[in-house]
Amino acid sequence: MTVLGFTAVVAIVSFAAGLLGSLTGLGGGVVLVPLLTILFHVDIRYAIGASLVSVIATSSGAAAAYVKEGFSNIRIGMFLEIATTFGALLGAFLATRIPTSALAVIFGGVLLYSAYLSRKPRPLDQRNLPPDPLATKLRLNGSFPDIDGKRDYNVQHVPTGFSLMFGAGALSGLLGIGSGAVKVLAMDQAMRIPFKVSTTTSNFMIGVTAAASAGVYLSRGYVDPGLAMPVMLGVLGGSLVGTRILVKAETKSLRLVFSVVILVLGLQMLYKGLWGKI
Amino acid sequence: MPALRVPARPPEPFQPQPWRDRRLELILGNLLRTGVLLSAAVVLAGAGIYLARHAHEPANYRVFRGEPTDFRTIPGVVNSVMHGRGRGLIQLGLLLLIATPIARVSFSVVGFAFERDRMYVIFTLIVLAILLFSLLGSGMGA
Repeated sequence: MTVLGFTAVVAIVSFAAGLLGSLTGLGGGVVLVPLLTILFHVDIRYAIGASLVSVIATSSGAAAAYVKEGFSNIRIGMFLEIATTFGALLGAFLATRIPTSALAVIFGGVLLYSAYLSRKPRPLDQRNLPPDPLATKLRLNGSFPDIDGKRDYNVQHVPTGFSLMFGAGALSGLLGIGSGAVKVLAMDQAMRIPFKVSTTTSNFMIGVTAAASAGVYLSRGYVDPGLAMPVMLGVLGGSLVGTRILVKAETKSLRLVFSVVILVLGLQMLYKGLWGKI
Repeated sequence: MPALRVPARPPEPFQPQPWRDRRLELILGNLLRTGVLLSAAVVLAGAGIYLARHAHEPANYRVFRGEPTDFRTIPGVVNSVMHGRGRGLIQLGLLLLIATPIARVSFSVVGFAFERDRMYVIFTLIVLAILLFSLLGSGMGA
């Protein structure tokens, strides 16, 4: 394929990934690396470098829209970023040392888990939890606008959430993804942060986390301009269009389709990694 | 693992954090969007030059070679932009993109300092230090 053809096709696929990722809330980055490696036979290291860059773009591009809604909690974000950026740095250094087949296997595992998580019904927000002393000391508790006015929430299990976010950061640095799946575990399930607050806050965090590993990737020569250009522009365009039409779109069947795509890609990555085809 | 459980009672009436932080968040949100749009514009300009010159060459990313120094250090990128290279310009755009969240964290330090929140100034400085270490400590400054 010529450079022009390759750029055009990768840009279209990236646009679709960004659009579906933002419409379904599952994130586009997680399908990009497998698509690039399986469909376009791109070396997984180049694919991870390009995906990481696109993760920063989508997170930062959506931040302004999210902030206006008034759900994100800047303190929770900043506190947990200590964990995610440390993890991301570790993940990026690990990525340059472990074999690509192992990267593919880990990626496959994360994809399968994301597919499973996307089909599981979201647990209902628990209201009126007692204040946790550590969360109070760290000033993590807050409030957000709800249908029946201002709603307060108390953050729980801070050490567990912090450790899990370290893991989320490490996966992000290792695989070049936003690792939304681990975030759900840490913020929604362990720390009991209301869904809307955790989604918007983690969007804020994803860009900072990815920036922590992007420096390592760039300096190691994993970010190829010819590949990162269509990926970044495509995903950014797709996700911006996605946030515009998100308001009233019927996403239930779309979500089902997208989780099947994630499942299939996960199995492919596992197969390729285990049989040494990557 | 909370050390002790305080019995459930209505939340204290004075918990204004996210509301007081809203102005700071709005500024940061706009900062991020501006950074992204700026970097996308630079990447797009670089793409124009790159495609005009190399459109009909074969594209091959099957084999990992690693990028030349020109595309993986800050001085290298600046140097290749000076020589009018499209791919150098794309890398510059990507550097701007990476710098955007770093700028956001730097502004947060100032914001928390204005709110006289010493704990969060320290937290934010830790994050900033990690980011700067990643960008400059990993050999990209050289």
